Amino acid sequence: MRFLPCGDQALLVELEDTAAVVALHRRVRAAPPAGLIESVPAARTVLLTFDRRVTTADRLAGDVTGLPAAAAGGDEEVRNIEIPVTYEGPDIAEVAACTGLRADDVVARHCAPTYSVAFCGYAPGFAYLTGLDPSLRVPRRSSPRTRVPAGSVAIADGYTGVYPRSSPGGWRLIGHTDAPLWASDRDPPALLCPGDRVRFVPR
Amino acid sequence: MACDPVGIEVLDPGLLALVEDLGRPGLAELGVGTSGAADTASHRLANRLVRNPESAAGIELVLGRAAFRLARGGIVAVCGAPAPVTAGGRPRPLYTPFLLRPGEVVRIGRPVLGLRTYLAVRGGIAVPPVLGSRSRDTLSGIGPEPLRRGDVLPVGDLPGEALAPGDPLGVGLPGRLILRVHPGPRRDWFVPGALAELFRHPYRMTPQSDRIGIRLSGPALRRRRSAELPPEGMVVGGIEVPVDGQPVVLLADHPVTGGYPVIGVVDGRDIPLAAQCLPGQEVRFIPAG
Repeated sequence: MRFLPCGDQALLVELEDTAAVVALHRRVRAAPPAGLIESVPAARTVLLTFDRRVTTADRLAGDVTGLPAAAAGGDEEVRNIEIPVTYEGPDIAEVAACTGLRADDVVARHCAPTYSVAFCGYAPGFAYLTGLDPSLRVPRRSSPRTRVPAGSVAIADGYTGVYPRSSPGGWRLIGHTDAPLWASDRDPPALLCPGDRVRFVPR
Repeated sequence: MACDPVGIEVLDPGLLALVEDLGRPGLAELGVGTSGAADTASHRLANRLVRNPESAAGIELVLGRAAFRLARGGIVAVCGAPAPVTAGGRPRPLYTPFLLRPGEVVRIGRPVLGLRTYLAVRGGIAVPPVLGSRSRDTLSGIGPEPLRRGDVLPVGDLPGEALAPGDPLGVGLPGRLILRVHPGPRRDWFVPGALAELFRHPYRMTPQSDRIGIRLSGPALRRRRSAELPPEGMVVGGIEVPVDGQPVVLLADHPVTGGYPVIGVVDGRDIPLAAQCLPGQEVRFIPAG
């Protein structure tokens, strides 16, 4: 665990991998240190924002180091989400070429695993899913699309995800879903929340 | 909360009028940013002056030229970028609560300095909250729509709080914008001396700036590492540097996570100042003590 300076109201904790990020985020949420405002998990880091009237970066770093280990995950209810997908994305052929797989193999390998929601970012309800078959690891497009349709199922950098709204995007689009990834008036508003388990089901 | 449904009518929203409060912290793990007033100091002060909780919703104006009417009257205050204010045609002071009679029009002119002016009404703007806040997040589109002529917003029936002492706030805006900066988490992604470069030269705010961030033009900050940074949490005041080397100071509606390295972070006390920067204005960064 490395602590990186991030101004007078935040601390960036760098960890070895996404699993460590998820674990730290859970521990912080279970026992929030004094003055903590927000914990933001991401690929390799947890950003902690704090009230500078209550604590400092140094004190928070000490509190985080001393956090109790998380209870063995029994208490948390794990949600299982199924996402129906039409696998006709514009980038399937590109992904096939990039990975050396046949197009139908790309699809088969994408919908085989059960994924986990590691964290959200980029946009409300945009969940980064871990568990992608290593053979499907492809980089982002060198120039992002200015508009990716809402519901696009995509892969990049070892993650897979679904764009909740139309937005710019650089991931490789392999399919589409009508599942409502985001609804402000729903509780929770995001369909995919950290800790959820996800399967993609081909239509 | 009881409210007056015909509280405040928008006669002219000016260039941009948004409902803002102190935002919706705590939802970052769903990809939802805090948002809220860009200049929190002015927003808080306006609320305190009308004896609202600081978290009450008010109206954030860009470059003024707005007009409102309260059907049943009320107590209002205007803070932030100083602009001429009239009520019922008569001049009113800034940074001071004043009474609006029923049907009287309050006009806020174009600011003589700064960018964002804040209007607070006793009782607060009482539109329905979305995800716990009445703030408009212009990046995600969460929250009430930008105000338009003819909109009628409910005003709350909050009991006036005793005027509590708050943090000391600068009520004047300096002519020169000087922002104190702490070293950022990814300083080592830049060539040695890049941070010193940031402090040595002034930068200028470009018109391509908004509540997401202030895009600056000036000497490019050169990177030492060409690899992509895996996305990580971003902070208000973070100075992120895209591939073109032109720094961006993140403001209230910044994306929750981002992939550009952050070379420095503006001190929390100077973020309200940053939110008052005008296109074309010169910005100087100095090391935070």
